[in-house]
Amino acid sequence: MSAKPEVVKEESMVVQKEMLAGYFQELARARESGKKVVYTFVPGNVTELMLSFGVVPVYPEINALQSGMRKRSMEYIRQAEKMGHSEDVCTYVKCDIGMMLEGNIGPTGEAIPPPDLLLCSYTGCFTFMKWFENLAKLYSCPVVMLHVPYRADGEASPAMVAYVADQLRTQVVPALERLTGRPYDEARLKAMLKLSAEAEGDMVRCFEAAKHRPSPIDGYFAGVYYIGPMFTAFRGTEDCARYYRQLRADVEARLAAGLGPVTPEGEVKEERYRLVVEGPPNWTHFREFWKLFYDRGAVVVASTYTKVGGTYDFGFRHDPGRPLETLAEYCMGCYTNLGLPQRAEVLSRYVADYHADGLLVNSIKSCNSFSAGQLQMLRAVEEKTGVPVGFIESDLVDPRYFSYANLKNRLDSFFQMLDQKRAPAGGDGRKR
Amino acid sequence: MKHARADVLARADRVLSDLSFGYVSEWLEAGEGRHAIGYLPMYVPREVIAAAGMLPVAIFGAGDALDIVKGDAYFQSYICHIPRSVIEMALDGRFDAFSGFLFPSICDVIRNLSGMWKMNFPRHYVKYLDFPQNFDPEVGGAFYRREIEEVMENLARLSGRRIAGADLHAAIVLYNQNRRLVERLYDARRDAPHDHPTSEVYRVARAGAVLSVDDHSRLVQDYLDAAAAEPLPEQDRIRVYLIGAFCEQPPMGLLRTLEQAGCDLVGDDLLLGLRYLRGDVRTDGDPVQALVDAYLTQATWSSAVYDGDRPKEDRMMEDVRASRADGVVFCCPSFCDPALLDRPMLQRRLEKEGVPFASFQYAENTGQFQVIREQAGTFSDSIKLWE
Repeated sequence: MSAKPEVVKEESMVVQKEMLAGYFQELARARESGKKVVYTFVPGNVTELMLSFGVVPVYPEINALQSGMRKRSMEYIRQAEKMGHSEDVCTYVKCDIGMMLEGNIGPTGEAIPPPDLLLCSYTGCFTFMKWFENLAKLYSCPVVMLHVPYRADGEASPAMVAYVADQLRTQVVPALERLTGRPYDEARLKAMLKLSAEAEGDMVRCFEAAKHRPSPIDGYFAGVYYIGPMFTAFRGTEDCARYYRQLRADVEARLAAGLGPVTPEGEVKEERYRLVVEGPPNWTHFREFWKLFYDRGAVVVASTYTKVGGTYDFGFRHDPGRPLETLAEYCMGCYTNLGLPQRAEVLSRYVADYHADGLLVNSIKSCNSFSAGQLQMLRAVEEKTGVPVGFIESDLVDPRYFSYANLKNRLDSFFQMLDQKRAPAGGDGRKR
Repeated sequence: MKHARADVLARADRVLSDLSFGYVSEWLEAGEGRHAIGYLPMYVPREVIAAAGMLPVAIFGAGDALDIVKGDAYFQSYICHIPRSVIEMALDGRFDAFSGFLFPSICDVIRNLSGMWKMNFPRHYVKYLDFPQNFDPEVGGAFYRREIEEVMENLARLSGRRIAGADLHAAIVLYNQNRRLVERLYDARRDAPHDHPTSEVYRVARAGAVLSVDDHSRLVQDYLDAAAAEPLPEQDRIRVYLIGAFCEQPPMGLLRTLEQAGCDLVGDDLLLGLRYLRGDVRTDGDPVQALVDAYLTQATWSSAVYDGDRPKEDRMMEDVRASRADGVVFCCPSFCDPALLDRPMLQRRLEKEGVPFASFQYAENTGQFQVIREQAGTFSDSIKLWE
């Protein structure tokens, strides 16, 4: 029998846990405390604006992924399929609808309140629009649409920025004013955006620590925890800034001590492979999935999934001086809102900047926004960087599409390729 | 001159069956400095392309007419079929005569295909045409106007000549005529479906994806004349409204199967982009603004567009009632998120209204129709017997 993994708890983990507990308490009490509940999406969320009105944001994608991690998603997906949803469509949507049909019970065991408003930040994913059209009917709830243009040519033109800012001004702000009875408070928004920028800087420093060898972090599996506060209900708050200060301190301490990443199986003691990963993780078998990498000493040094809520590492910071325009620019910069040539460029840049041995694509059945075109990008990155590329398939929250044996076989082959690539002539390249 | 029904259909079929786009090549050779611009489903303002002296060509994939070999290497098994046949056609050189492609915002797959095009075919002018989901003239309208102007600037660069207001105005007039004819075609089918079966009307309408606007208008007129001159016998079929096929098209065999199973289509969203605007585009004033206003106020409903203040269930019911349909068939391409995510919402409304419906999925290259025939036949029989 293998020894129980050594549990490493860093201070930032404790801080995040406290923040989440406080958030779910606030959510559970929203009705009695008279707070309005607004559902929105992670990419292109305008959390600072929502929080400046005192509403409580809810992110159905996060509910869905948590349902996946709690092994509840299959039951929820079946519920949605029973009501007519096709097996072919996004499982986040079906999981969320099924969860609603079963009482909308959140991770703390308490019901998540229904939305008073659906704020559709339609960024980088067409399905978001269909998702909220469905929820609007099921909850009989108003929707405010924020259409964010696609950066097909890589740039966010002044006309695109103006379009999004105009929608914020003419649609989103009035909807929040009507909902809360409060006027738009620009000074408050500016103060929040200042805190956002501070936290964003600290978060980028944490992710960039993975450029060092060995990397003190895993930028994919652990990365999904690191992005949590920034991508959800906390951006623009003192708590969020405090969390990233602490995270940075924790990561810098590990860096100074030459330690590897913290995982649920314990620390990575020997970094054998440095990978860039494209695509979201599977949530239903998250820990088993991570362990497949841990067991081989594979560390993900950079990932694109951790950029779906903003590509801060390319320099974007919220600018308090231009509150609505900066939110517009932020919305357009989310990873899945970038054109495919830009996405391939991001991957190539990560391979080079993070000294990666290979690129792995986890292609997600549910997510056309991520997946369509990945095979093309994979070839482009291979051609440009010369590193081996690998391809695996799974789903977000539908366990029917997680095949452990298949993934393990494909990953084993991929690691063999990496070994061969680094081998001197005649050797297999393995470190002995 | 009288045109026999079969002759007119043969003219349409020549265009539809030619995956090498011989008509496009001939059109290009017929004049100096001509260009063809392809576009993916659904809607683009074709008037702008025509005004630039270019031929707009709607690309609906290869249907069941092409074995996909290379295209499958570009897309995972869970991506719909149309992008893989379009890529296959491109890699086979079937679009070599084209100068550019527009990719209208319809879904994530077509959106990402625009990027793949840039990476694979750098010789082509490529534009992702982002349609506003905001319908305020000052906000979404202003954004859309800028999109159209950008296309006009790019096409002018390609052709070396600026698109004059008069050119755009003339193109709007021509397309208005075509819209009226196509509307007459669909009205004729609605009023006498046995005489204008979908297996014919669809081919005549779809030829408009490739033909120049005036050639297509002639074809539609000739078909209407031929159908009036050669009536067909009445059939004992139910009247069906088909929903879900606005982008990837079902194979002709499927449409014939529905007819053989006792279903006359009297309304549908097939080829939706070719008849996306209802009524004429205004011909007075600024023609660019007329196209913008038409998009904001005259567009039909679709799964690719946020329904805002006019829920698509309401608009579906208006259309189903106007078509006097006995029932609705949801006929959606596999892995089509927009169509399939709309389906439960629309079905709930039909249930509430007591309108019977049936559902099935297809791919453009589906080759077996027996199951669909049985399903549709049962649906038809149940309506004939019990409704």
